[in-house]
Amino acid sequence: MIPAAALVLGVVLGLVLHPTVPSELQPYLPIAVVAAVDAVFGAIRAQLDGIFDDRVFVVSFVSNVLVAALVVFLGDQLGVGGQLSTGVVVVLGIRIFTNAAAIRRHLFHA
Amino acid sequence: MTGSAPLSRFLRPRARRVDVLVAALLLLLGFGLAVQVRSTRNDGLLTNARQEDLVQILDELSNRSDRLRQEVATLTETRSRLTSGSGADQAALAEAVRRTQLLGVIAGTVAATGPGVTVRITDPRTQVSASVLLDALEELRNAGAEAVQIEGTRPDGAPGAVRVVAQTALVDTPEGIEVDGTHLVAPYRFVVVGDPSTLAGAMAIPGGVEDAVRRVGGTTDVARVERVRVGALRAVSAPRYARAD
Repeated sequence: MIPAAALVLGVVLGLVLHPTVPSELQPYLPIAVVAAVDAVFGAIRAQLDGIFDDRVFVVSFVSNVLVAALVVFLGDQLGVGGQLSTGVVVVLGIRIFTNAAAIRRHLFHA
Repeated sequence: MTGSAPLSRFLRPRARRVDVLVAALLLLLGFGLAVQVRSTRNDGLLTNARQEDLVQILDELSNRSDRLRQEVATLTETRSRLTSGSGADQAALAEAVRRTQLLGVIAGTVAATGPGVTVRITDPRTQVSASVLLDALEELRNAGAEAVQIEGTRPDGAPGAVRVVAQTALVDTPEGIEVDGTHLVAPYRFVVVGDPSTLAGAMAIPGGVEDAVRRVGGTTDVARVERVRVGALRAVSAPRYARAD
């Protein structure tokens, strides 16, 4: 309950404060958000599988975000930032779909 | 519903350190999500536009830049005109300064130098009256004197000099004369800027100044000078009634 409330609170804060994203962070924020979403879906799936662990979630959340940002940063340095961002998004998207399918199977048995 | 029990456990409030961390991370996620969505909505206009729209926008922009370039040209022209106009202003200022100098010489507010004469008139018998000096002054003016000052000795022995202007008045006093409120005693000395030979000739006219001074026992000594300085000044008083028209 608390995590869901925190998520909602974060959304509300972002909408109310609507800060401008620093230009250095602009390429990384969308990737970081997608990576974090992937971690959350993974957590929900693990919870439903009964193997959820707080620490694993925290570590995977942080490392997902950092690795995604790092990959994009590396891509920027190599001049293939756009392509690598797309690659990261595709991979994370596939994972999200996989997790979503697992969650669906748990909840609806279908 | 085998999944409902674990899900409710997931949603049930607990308060361990790691839960706070989880909540903080999700807060961060929500925040980042909202911010990113908002910033995408702000600048997503062109990204999502169709090609025809983009072409039209580009057309509008190039039209606008053409207009602005024309405006720049117009303004540059105006600026250069104004700059040359300020050159004209400087010329007008220089002319005004020149006129001020000119009028200052006439009004006695600035010193004047130039070729001229000095006319020394002695008066051992205290008989040279103001009218004799006035005659001398008028002869000098007729001869084209441009700047004149009358020098003499003040009653207290100090040298005195008075610039002669249009309003100058000469008044007889027992010991000498009074020029515009300044008492002077002989010997008198006119310092005059003008054509030296014309001025000297005017002093020597038969029956003129020199003769008149000699009749009352004085002497007149005219010296032509390459460069005399009429340095006595007169304070400017603003006219009370007259206004420039």
